[in-house]
Amino acid sequence: MTQQHIKVLLAKPGLDGHDQGAKIVARAMMDAGFEVIYTGLRQTPEAVARTALEEDVDVIALSSMAGSHLPFCRKLKPLLEADGLTDKLWLIGGNLPAQDHQALSELGFKGIFPTGSKLDAIVDFIREQVK
Amino acid sequence: MNDRAKPGVKPEVQPVVNESGIAVKPLYTAEDVETSGGDKMVGLPGEYPFTRGIHRLMYRKQPWTMRQYAGFGNPSETNQRFKYLISNGQTGLNVAFDLPTQIGLDSDDPLAEGEIGRVGMSVDTLRDFELAFEGIDLDRITVSLTINGAAAILIAMYLAMAEKRGYDVNKLRGTAQNDILKEFIGRGTWIFPVEPSIRLVGDTIEYCARHAPKYSPVSVCGYHIRESGATPAQEMAYAFCIAKAYADEVTRRGLPVDEFAGRLSYNFNIFGNIFEQVCKFRAGRSLWAKIMKEEYGAEQPGSMWLRMIAAGGGGGLTFEQPELNIVRGAYYALISALSGTQTMALCSYDEAYTIPTEYSARISLRTMQILIEEMGLTETVDPLAGSYYVETMTNQMRDKMVEIMAETDAQGGIVKLVSEGVIQAKVSAQAYRMQRDIESGAFPKVGVNRYRNDSDEEHPVEFHPYREEDARRQVDNLNRVRAERDAREVARCLAQVGADARSGANLMPAIVAAVKAYASVGEITRELVAVFGRYREPIRF
Repeated sequence: MTQQHIKVLLAKPGLDGHDQGAKIVARAMMDAGFEVIYTGLRQTPEAVARTALEEDVDVIALSSMAGSHLPFCRKLKPLLEADGLTDKLWLIGGNLPAQDHQALSELGFKGIFPTGSKLDAIVDFIREQVK
Repeated sequence: MNDRAKPGVKPEVQPVVNESGIAVKPLYTAEDVETSGGDKMVGLPGEYPFTRGIHRLMYRKQPWTMRQYAGFGNPSETNQRFKYLISNGQTGLNVAFDLPTQIGLDSDDPLAEGEIGRVGMSVDTLRDFELAFEGIDLDRITVSLTINGAAAILIAMYLAMAEKRGYDVNKLRGTAQNDILKEFIGRGTWIFPVEPSIRLVGDTIEYCARHAPKYSPVSVCGYHIRESGATPAQEMAYAFCIAKAYADEVTRRGLPVDEFAGRLSYNFNIFGNIFEQVCKFRAGRSLWAKIMKEEYGAEQPGSMWLRMIAAGGGGGLTFEQPELNIVRGAYYALISALSGTQTMALCSYDEAYTIPTEYSARISLRTMQILIEEMGLTETVDPLAGSYYVETMTNQMRDKMVEIMAETDAQGGIVKLVSEGVIQAKVSAQAYRMQRDIESGAFPKVGVNRYRNDSDEEHPVEFHPYREEDARRQVDNLNRVRAERDAREVARCLAQVGADARSGANLMPAIVAAVKAYASVGEITRELVAVFGRYREPIRF
């Protein structure tokens, strides 16, 4: 059985500088054999959408630690839609209070991985969802 | 005695190696102290090499300063939290700024939308500092500014605010974090490329040495490097490499070491093994003294002092069963006290989730107060000295730090390694391995991989509310200041900032003049970016 090729965009949205978690997740994805485009810090919604389109990724993943996930995702959603990226898997992880999960889900984020999520859970979820 | 297992013979106990990579024995004797280097570096508190403390009487004379990190929303809201903490016995302030302020954006910048006042206090102009510190006696309460990329501007603002209120800047105490090299490794609030960033740190040190000689313009942070995945020995070794880079920048300009080194300070992290932590601080104190004396020719004892805030770090706290973080915090505070810190702070138990409530911040404060009032920790200086284990481990931790510093220099030095993302990749790889070890249970964490409460859905955490109307009010305030200030004076001051950035002059006089004219953080930053450009993050795994 050949392993499917999965390409992930992992972005740090907004001004948040806490990238320890994002880099750990990036390494876990690389270890799982995924191709990972890690953006680095300070990505605007426009930059995330543009990179996702240009890189033709299967997964668009955000790592947010500083609380601005909802305003960011509200701006990102129409941009991803406009670029025809609704068939991609949208994920978000980080410091995401339970009270915001429903809103993130309604914005189109299929995978929500708050602090405390296991690395393998993230990897397995991506493998299951990307067909 | 050889404590390593002989081939084919099952050891009586499992080998233990601490995070810094040093083997830990079941028993230590005088022989271990001898073979690790003896007791020649122990000395007495208040005397070179200061292993046992930088002051002779330490807490017997004055307990550590308690300085919880605080700030959110607009300056008036933060002022209320400051007053709450002070009324509860806090003896210093540590100001948290929001991300737009930290990276030099005004509140009306489109990139600041949704981020104003979210993780700290929002500051646009001097007016905000006037509001934030209103009614606070700056002689009695020292203020630490957790600001890095925009530090030169915010230090200028603090000095200008104090001067306006009638304080003598020559006598003003206080601290700014202003450690940009560690921002490139972790925390990420950089603005300018590496070289001009170091120049700005040099400008602040030089300016303060001449105009605000009691002010500590830099607090070199091992703390965030540790949070990013460094071991305790790396945390301190990299911090020393960074401090040396700043000292080199200033001595290159001709400032004698004894005119600035006494105002360099440090910020370190506490979590993990108690003895490894205490020995890290004892070892680091003597190593820094030795570096300043032997490499820089410092003569004043103050120039050799490792003055520090040693703070219970977020890296040790857990999202799971957050109330256990109260207990962890108490142990971290104990370690800090046993380590001879000058200033203490604790991440609060809910800090993995949100900005601490008044309630949780008060618990952290009371934790430190219990140590002072009830536990006898202020009575005797460096009480662990003379323990075979502690003295051996102190020697071994010092050797480990020396080894890491030598390796860093051999690879081209900290500035080069940070610029290329090498240190970042190294600590991040370690953080990944640690996370795997925590998830597998190889590295024990109570509540996470041991003794989980999977059925317990109730987290006793109250989320700090984010109010959009506060952000709008901050923008309104900025617009009001812009309408009221002397626009021609602002333009003149900003032009001077740009001119000095180009000429290579010390930027602080021009920045101080600009903030006094109520130029904003964003406006001054734009002038600097026009000359310096912006940092481009090296992505390296």
